[in-house]
Amino acid sequence: MSWAGKILRVNLNAGTVTPEPLNMEWAMQYLGQRGLATKYLVEETDPKVDPLSPDNKLIMATGPLTGTMASTGGRYSVITKGPLTGAIACSNSGGFFGAELKHAGWDMIIFEGRSPKPVYLYVEDDHAELIPADEIWGKSVWETDQILHEKHADPLIRIAAVGRAAEKGCLYAAIVNDLHRAAGRSGVGTVMASKQVKAVVVRGTKGISNIRDPEAFEEVTEAAKKVLAENAVTGEGLPKYGTQVLMNVINEIGAMPTRNMRDVQFEGASKISGEAMYEPRESDGKPNLVTNGACFGCTIACGRISTIDPTHFTIKDKPQYRHASGGLEYEAAWALGSDEGIDDLDALTYANFLCNEDGLDPISFGATVAAAMELYEMGVITREDTGGIELKFGNAEALARCAELTARGEGFGQVLGLGSKRLCEKYGHPDLSMTVKGQEFPAYDPRGIQGMGLAYATSNRGACHLRGYSVASEVLGIPYKTDPLVTEGKAELVKAFQDATGAVDSSGLCVFTTFAWTLEDIAPQIDAACEGNWTPEKLQEVGERVWNLERKYNIEAGITGKYDTLPKRLLKEAAKTGPAKGMANRLDEMLPEYYSLRGWTPDGVPTPETLQRLGV
Amino acid sequence: MLKSLALEPAKCTGCLQCELACSWENEASFNPSKSRIRVFTFHEEGRFAPYTCTQCAEAWCLHACPVEAIVINGATGAKEVIEDVCVGCKVCTIACPFGTVNYNHDTGKVIKCDLCGGDPACARACPTEAITWVDADQTGYDRMQAWAARSVESIDATQGGGA
Amino acid sequence: MRHLIIGAGPAGVIAAEHLRETDPQAGILLIGDEPEPPYSRMALPYYLTGNIDERGTHLRKSADHFDRLGIELRTGTRVTAIEPADKHVRLEDGREEAYDRLLLATGSSPATPPIPGIEQEGVTPCWTLEQGRAIASGARPDSPVVLLGAGFIGSIVLEALARRGVELHVVEMGDRMVPRMMNETAGGLLKEWCEKKGVKVHVSTRATAIQSGRNGHRLAVELEGGEVLDADLVITATGVRPNTGLLEGSGVQVDQGILIDRNMQTSVEGIYAAGDVAQGRDFSTGEYSVQAIQPTAAEHGRLAALNMAGRNVPHQGTLNMNVLDTLGLISSSFGLWQGVEGGDHAELLNRPRYRYVNLQFEEDRLVGGTCLGLTEHIGVLHGLIQSRLPLGVWKERLMQDPTRLMEAYLACTQSLSACKVLH
Repeated sequence: MSWAGKILRVNLNAGTVTPEPLNMEWAMQYLGQRGLATKYLVEETDPKVDPLSPDNKLIMATGPLTGTMASTGGRYSVITKGPLTGAIACSNSGGFFGAELKHAGWDMIIFEGRSPKPVYLYVEDDHAELIPADEIWGKSVWETDQILHEKHADPLIRIAAVGRAAEKGCLYAAIVNDLHRAAGRSGVGTVMASKQVKAVVVRGTKGISNIRDPEAFEEVTEAAKKVLAENAVTGEGLPKYGTQVLMNVINEIGAMPTRNMRDVQFEGASKISGEAMYEPRESDGKPNLVTNGACFGCTIACGRISTIDPTHFTIKDKPQYRHASGGLEYEAAWALGSDEGIDDLDALTYANFLCNEDGLDPISFGATVAAAMELYEMGVITREDTGGIELKFGNAEALARCAELTARGEGFGQVLGLGSKRLCEKYGHPDLSMTVKGQEFPAYDPRGIQGMGLAYATSNRGACHLRGYSVASEVLGIPYKTDPLVTEGKAELVKAFQDATGAVDSSGLCVFTTFAWTLEDIAPQIDAACEGNWTPEKLQEVGERVWNLERKYNIEAGITGKYDTLPKRLLKEAAKTGPAKGMANRLDEMLPEYYSLRGWTPDGVPTPETLQRLGV
Repeated sequence: MLKSLALEPAKCTGCLQCELACSWENEASFNPSKSRIRVFTFHEEGRFAPYTCTQCAEAWCLHACPVEAIVINGATGAKEVIEDVCVGCKVCTIACPFGTVNYNHDTGKVIKCDLCGGDPACARACPTEAITWVDADQTGYDRMQAWAARSVESIDATQGGGA
Repeated sequence: MRHLIIGAGPAGVIAAEHLRETDPQAGILLIGDEPEPPYSRMALPYYLTGNIDERGTHLRKSADHFDRLGIELRTGTRVTAIEPADKHVRLEDGREEAYDRLLLATGSSPATPPIPGIEQEGVTPCWTLEQGRAIASGARPDSPVVLLGAGFIGSIVLEALARRGVELHVVEMGDRMVPRMMNETAGGLLKEWCEKKGVKVHVSTRATAIQSGRNGHRLAVELEGGEVLDADLVITATGVRPNTGLLEGSGVQVDQGILIDRNMQTSVEGIYAAGDVAQGRDFSTGEYSVQAIQPTAAEHGRLAALNMAGRNVPHQGTLNMNVLDTLGLISSSFGLWQGVEGGDHAELLNRPRYRYVNLQFEEDRLVGGTCLGLTEHIGVLHGLIQSRLPLGVWKERLMQDPTRLMEAYLACTQSLSACKVLH
C-alpha cells in the first residue's frame, strides 16, 4: 500500500482542519492524484457551481508513487472546477512539494469554503493549521516563499503559493511550488486565491515505508530507470535541451503556432530554441542556460535553469532578477515567443521569470497577448487601451511590460488577465481567440499535426497538449510513427493517448516518462508498490474511467459536445508554409469516429452502457 | 584498496534519488529527512551539491563521543555509529565541523554516513554520476584530505596562526 | 619515559590512548579516584532514564581495552599530593608513583551552594555514577523533585528527571534557563518549552533553605519570596569547580583552573593539564578559560598527549560549544554567541514552533551562534566559526536567512563549478 491512506480536509469557512481516511474503494478504481481527486470533486460538488464561489472545492492530490524512488515520482495535481473554462480543471506539477506532502503522511488536501481572511495552510507531518496570511497577501510567490522560509526558520519546508495575479483575479493564475514549478493551467491558482488561501507550506518527515513488495519495487523501478536512461528522448534530448528540444523540430514540420496562429512557422525559432540557450551571449560570455535541474526523484531532469543577460533592457535596472531561476520550457518559449513573433531569448526568459514569480500560466498569458497584438494591429485595441504600450507583433518591450502588468494585475494587465476568449469577446472578435472551451492552445498547430486537433477539441480541460499527446506518434514516432498530415487512425491514437495519460496522471509519475515508457513499464512499478493487481490493461481502464468521469462532469456543467471544436482559423484558414501548406485541420474527419470509439453518442455524451462498463 | 565517495556538484541535477536510496537502505523508508546524504540547492546560482560525511581523518565525531559509540570500520574506513551504544547526547553533531552528523528524530540517536558497509546506495542510485564510489587513490584521496584540512583550520598547525 | 595521568575521565583516557599511539614504548599509568571503570558523566542522565545500563556509561567498552594498549589503569586510587621536585606523586596509602611527564586531568566537582540544610540526606548533585544510582532509586514517578540550577548540566539532568516522570521543579538564579549558553530569547523559549512539557521552572529566584519535609515528603525547599516546594529529592546543579586541591604546595599555578600554555604545560615543567581542570585557550577570544565541556576535554587530552610525547603542537584554542536535548527540543550554542562589539547579527524566531537561530558576525566571518529547534547540520556552525571563512556574499544571505548555513559553508568551501570535488 503506497497510499498514505489519509486526506486532510480543510474547511475554510470554519477554519478547521480534519484528517480522514482515504476512500480505498475509490482508490482501487481511480488510483490516485488526478483520477482519485476527480472522483472526490465529482462526488462532493455540484458541476454547475460557480468556480470562484465558496461552494467550489480545490483538491491537491498526490499519487501512490509520489514520494517513492520510482523515477519522476514527485508529482501532484490540483483538481477543481476551472474559472477559465467552466470545465473541470486538473493541473499537474512536479518540483518537490508533492513528495513532501506525501512524506508528511497525506495523499490529498481538500479545500472547501472560503476563508473570511487570507490564510495559509501549514502542514508538518500530522500537524496542520491555518495561519493568518497578512504578511504574505499581496506579495509575489517568490516573496512569499522567502518570507515563509524565514518565518518558519526551516530551510526544508516546501511551499506552493499563488501570486498577485491570482489575488487580482487573473483567470489563468497558476499555483507555483518550489519557486518555479507550477500547476499551471486553467486558473487553479485563481480558485485558490478566491478561497483566500495564499499558500500551502509542507514539511514531511514520516516518509513512505509501506511499499507492498519492497524487493520487487527496487527491481522494477531500477529497470524502468534504465529504460529512461537508454532512450534518446528521455536519456539525451530532454536532459540536454529540455522540452525546448522540440522548438526547431516542430517549426521544421510546420506546426509552430506563430503570431496568434496566423502562421505555422516562425522565422526566429532557432533564436529561441533549446540550442540557442547554449549560445554564449556577448555581454558576459555566458549562455542563457546554467544547468538542467530535476524535479523530485526524476532521473530525466529536463528542467531548465537560466539567467538573463544582465545588460538586457528587461533587467539592467533590476538587480533582483540577476540570478538563476526556472528557464524557458518549450511551451513558454513558444507562447511568449513565436506566438508574439518575438525572437529575443532574454525577453522571453524575463517574461517567464515573471510568470513564475507571480503565478501566471505562460501559455494562456502568451496566447492572450498574441490575440491582443493581432487586435492592436487591426486597430481594435488602441494605444489608449494598452496604456501606451505599442502592442505589435515582435515587440519584446511590449511583452515585458504586459508580463509586469498582468503579473501584478495592474492596468492593461487586468484585461490580459481575462484570457484570450474573454478579451476577444470584449473587443468584438471572438473568432480571433485561439482557444478551446476558453483555454488557450499550446505549442502544436493542429494544421501541421492533425491528431492534435482532435486532442485539443476533446480535451476535458480545454485546449491542452498534456491530455493526449499524439505528437509523440505523429512527430517523434512513439510508440509508432504516424503521418501528421493524415486524419486516419487518429481517433484511435488520441483515445489511447488520452486514456494512458489519465492513468499516468493518477499515479504520481510524470507524463514525460511516456516518451520511453509504456504502461508495460509503468504497471509493474505501481503493482509492486500498491495492492490491487495493477496491470497495463487495468491502468488503461483507469485512464478511460477518469476520462469519462471528467467528461460526465463537464456535460453536467454545461460543457457539452458542441464545445468539442476548434477556432475557425484552424478549421478554415490553410497553413501558409511548411509541409502542411494549404491544409487546415480536418476535425470533422476524426470526431465522429472518436465518439464512437469512446462509446459516446453522436453528440458526445457517454452512453449509459459505457458508464456502466467503466463503473462511473 | 580503500574506496571513497566522489561527489561532483557540477553533475548533480538535484533529483534526490541519493536521499531516497540512502533512507531506503538505512531506514527502509523513502524519507529524505532521514537520509545521511543531502543535496543542497543554490537557487541564485542554479547549482546543486550533494554532500555527506567525508570520513575525515580527524574524526571529530568519534573523538567527541563520550561513550565510544562511533568506531572505525576497518574494511571501509567509515566512521560508524553503533546505535545500541549511542545515548543520544548529540555532542558529535556539534563536534563535526562539516555538519554531516545528524540524528534520527524518532530515536534521538545519531545517524551518519557509514558508506553502506562498502556499497553506498547513493552512488548506485545517482543517475548522473555526480556520486560515484571509486578507488581512493585513483581519485586523489589526499586531495580530499587536503580540502578537509583547508576548510577547517587544523588544530595541529605547527605555526601559531590561530589569532 | 613514564607518563602519569591523574584522572580517568575523557581527557585522561584520551590522553592515555594518544600517548600510546604516539609513543609505543612509554610507560603509561592512568589513575582514577572513583572505583568504577572510566565512565562518562555526560552519559549519566541517560543512565538515569534507563536508556542505558551502567556499562553504557563506560568510556571504553571492552574490558581489556587498557591492558591491550599497555596502559596501566588504577581505579579507586586517590592522589594526595604532587611533589615536582622529586618527580613523583603521593597516593592516599602513602606510596609514591614516579613520572617523567605528568598530566593533571582531575576534572571538576559540583559546587555546593551555600543553602542552609544543603547537607541533608536526599540532597545530592548528579555527578558521579554512585550519585546517579542513588537518584535512580529515589526519583520515582510522580514523586516531587527539586532541581537547583538550570545551567547546562542542570538542563541535561532536567531531561533525565522529567523522563523518569517525576514532578519536577527547577530553580534557577538567573533570569532564564542556561544563561551562560543562551540569550534571553532562547533561554525564555526553552523555559516555555519545559513548562509546556509539565516542568515547573522558577527563574530569578533561589533556594533560601532546605528543611525537613511535610505532607509525607522527605524535604521542603524554601524559595526567596516564601514559596515552599515539597521534595523527595533535591538535586543540585549549580556549577562546577576545577579539582585543584591536590596542587597545594606543588608550585603549579592556579587561577580559575590550572594555568597552561599553548603546549598544555603548566607553570611547572613536565606537568601538563587537560579537561575541566585546565584553564585552556579559547579559540574565539584567544584568552584562557575553563570550558568544562566534553569536546574540549577530548581536544585537550589529545593535544596534551602529543606535547607530552615530545611533539610541539601548540593549541589553537577550543571552541566553546554546547548542545542540549531538553525534552525533545534541541538547542546548541557556539563560540561568541553573545556577539562582538561592532559585529552584525542575524536573528530568526518562530516562537509557536520553538525555532530560533542567532548568528553573530565579525566583519564577514561567523564568530558565534545559537540554535533552538534547528537540528539539521548544526555542526557546520562549528566549521564556519573555526575555519574563519570569509563569507563574502553569503554573509548578506545569512543575514537575510540564517537557516542557510550549510549552503553558505558549501558555497565557500567547494567549487560549485565544473571542478571536481572529492570526498
